[in-house]
Amino acid sequence: MPTTTPPVTAPTGVGHLRGDESFPTAARRSLADPQLRRNLRHATTTIRAKSAGVIAEQSDWEQLRTAGAAIKADTLRRLPDLLEQLEEKVTGAGGVVHWAADAVEANRVVTDLVRATGADRVIKVKSMATQEIGLNEALEAAGITAVETDLAELIVQLGDDRPSHILVPAIHRNRAEIREIFLREMPGVDPALTDDPTALAAAARRFLRETFLSTPVAVSGANFAVAETGTLAVVESEGNGRMCLTLPETLITVMGVEKVVPTWRDLEVFLQLLPRASTGERMNPYTSMWTGVTPGDGPQTFHLVLLDNGRSAVLADEVGRQALRCIRCSACLNVCPVYERAGGHAYGSVYPGPIGAVLSPQLTGIEDNASLPYASTLCGACYDACPVKINIPELLVHLRAEAVESRPRPTAESIAMAAAAYTMDRPRLYAAGQRAARLSRLAGRRGRGLPPPLNGWTASRDLPEPPAQTFREWWAGR
Amino acid sequence: MVGRAVTSRDLVLGRLRAALAADTAAPVDVPRDYRQAAAVDLDQLAQRLADYRAHVHRVAEGAVADTIADLLPAGGTVVVPPGLPPAWLPPTVTALPDDGLDHARIGAADAVVTAAAVAIAQTGTVVLDASPDQGRRVLSLLPDRHVCVVRADQVVATVPEALARLTPHRPLTWISGPSATSDIELIRVEGVHGPRQLHIILLP
Ligand code: SF4
Repeated sequence: MPTTTPPVTAPTGVGHLRGDESFPTAARRSLADPQLRRNLRHATTTIRAKSAGVIAEQSDWEQLRTAGAAIKADTLRRLPDLLEQLEEKVTGAGGVVHWAADAVEANRVVTDLVRATGADRVIKVKSMATQEIGLNEALEAAGITAVETDLAELIVQLGDDRPSHILVPAIHRNRAEIREIFLREMPGVDPALTDDPTALAAAARRFLRETFLSTPVAVSGANFAVAETGTLAVVESEGNGRMCLTLPETLITVMGVEKVVPTWRDLEVFLQLLPRASTGERMNPYTSMWTGVTPGDGPQTFHLVLLDNGRSAVLADEVGRQALRCIRCSACLNVCPVYERAGGHAYGSVYPGPIGAVLSPQLTGIEDNASLPYASTLCGACYDACPVKINIPELLVHLRAEAVESRPRPTAESIAMAAAAYTMDRPRLYAAGQRAARLSRLAGRRGRGLPPPLNGWTASRDLPEPPAQTFREWWAGR
Repeated sequence: MVGRAVTSRDLVLGRLRAALAADTAAPVDVPRDYRQAAAVDLDQLAQRLADYRAHVHRVAEGAVADTIADLLPAGGTVVVPPGLPPAWLPPTVTALPDDGLDHARIGAADAVVTAAAVAIAQTGTVVLDASPDQGRRVLSLLPDRHVCVVRADQVVATVPEALARLTPHRPLTWISGPSATSDIELIRVEGVHGPRQLHIILLP
C-alpha cells in the first residue's frame, strides 16, 4: 500500500533558506552601501534592456509564456506520476535515481556517492539546489573539497562570500575587488594580473583547466528533466558546465522535484523563454542534454538525486504552488525596485528578489521567513516579467495573511510599519505603493482580508487616490 | 506504515501525493499556438551567428578544405571525429583521428573540425548530436578552436523544428557562439572554458 505522509517544510540548521536577520534589518545595511547600489542598478538596468530587445523580436512571446505556465501547472498536478516516469527512464538509460526527503538526506546521499568513488574533490557547476541544501559545507565537513567552476561562483567562493543574484552571483563585486580576491586566493596566479575582465577570465581559465582534467567527480543541478525520455538539460554560458558534464567519470545531478517536464516537446517552450528572460540572449552559448549514460562518451556513472526539502509543503498550497513553476531566470529580480535597492543578501535565503520572497517562506514555513513577504511594494513588475506567469503579487498578499496568523500581532505590525516607513521615505517607491494599495484592496474584496502592511499603513497615513498609471509607465518615467 | 521501513522514495512520493490529495485544480490544457515553423533564412542564421561572435564562412562544399587551411597555421594539429568526410581536411594540417585520444592530446590540438546535426536560424545555434561525423562530446570542448561545417539542409528556422529533428537519447550540445561570460561588471568576455573561437562553415 502506498504510504501517505503529510508534506513537510525544509528542516532548520542545514542549508541556506533562512537569513540570520529579518529583511528590513538586512536591507538597511545594503541601503547604506552606495557602491553596492550602483553595481546593482547597473546590472539590472543593463539586463533589462538586453532582455527587452530580444523579447521584442519574439512575436509569439505571450503565447510562449502562456504555454510555459500551462506546462508547469500541468506538471505540478501530476508531479508524483511524472517523477516515477522520469525515474524509470533514467534507470533504463543506465542512470541511478536517489530520492532525498530534505537537505540533510540529499547531502548525505551525495557525500556517500562521492566517498564511494574514493575522490576527495568534486567540480561543481552552478546550481541553486545544491546551494539551497548547503552541499559544499556538508562535503567540506566530510573532507571533500567542492570547487565551484562558474566564474561568478568562483569569485564568491574565493572571496568567502555569498551570491547576491541568481544569474550574476558576484554582481556586488567590481573588477578591482575581483582582482584582489584572485591575487589573494588563487594558487599560482600571475602577480601582474590586471583588473581587465578578459585578463581575469583568462586567469580563471588557467586556474580551472587542470582541475577539470584531473577531478573524477562532478556535481551539477538541472534546468529541466524530461519524464518521457529521461533526458536532463543544463543551460550555461561559459563552458564550465560542459566540462563538468563531459570530463569526469562520475556525474551526480541534484534536482528539485519541480524541475521535471512531461515531454521532450515541452523543451521547445522553455528553451525559448529562459535565455530571453534570463540573460537577454536569443540562446545561451551552451546547452547540454544527456540521457542516462552513453557508452564511450562522457561520465560512465550517472546519479540523479531528486530533492523534496519543503517542496511538498509548497505543492500542498493551491495558491502558493505556482512558485514551483519558477525556471530561475531572474527576470523578476531585474525589474524589482526593492531588489535593486536592497540587494540579494538582504533576503537571507539563496533565493533572492521577488521569487525568493514567496518561495523561501513557503519552503521553510512562514514563521522562519516572516518578513520576506513584506520585501515588496506589490508593484506588479515581477508578474509582468515572469516567463511562466507566476503571480508573485498575489502570492505575497496570500503569504502576508499567513504571516499575520502565525505571529503575535505586535510583531506583524512592527514589520508592516518598518516596510511602510521605508517606502514612505522614498517618493518613487511610495508611488508604486499607491498602486499596491489598489491591488490589495482588490485582493481584500476577493475575501482574503486587508493585508497587514496596509492595515497599519492606511490607519496612520492619509493616502491620496492611487494614480491610474501602469507600472511600465512608472518605470519608464523614473 | 506499520512493520515496514519507509524508503525515501516512498516518503517523498507519499508527501507529494498527500499534497495533491485535496486538489481542486482543474486539469490543464497546454495551448501550443506559439510559432512552430517558419521559412528558413540562411542569411538570418549567418547574421545571428555573427551577432554572438562566431565567424561565418559561406563556401561551396569543394572549398571547405581551403577555408580550413586559411584558418589554421600550416602544420597545425586538428582533432578529427571518426566519420568526418576526409575531403574536408586540407593537406597542410596534421590530423589526429579520434581513436580514443586522451584529454591532454585533445586539449593541446589547434582545432577540432566537426559536422553538425541541426542549426537554428532564429537563434544562431548549431546542435551536435555525437554522430560519427561529430564525435564524442569532449572533442569539441577542449581545443581552442572549433570549426563546424553545416549543410543548408540541416538548417531550420525555429527551436520547435530543431527539437523535432533531434533524438533525445543522443548526448546533445547546443552551441550559440563561443564560450562567454558576463560575470565581471556584465562585460562580455569570450572564451572562459570552451573553445575561444567558433568558426561555422555554411554550405549551400
Ligand atoms: S519567478 Fe518567474 S521571473 Fe522570477 S526567476 Fe522564477 S521564472 Fe524567472
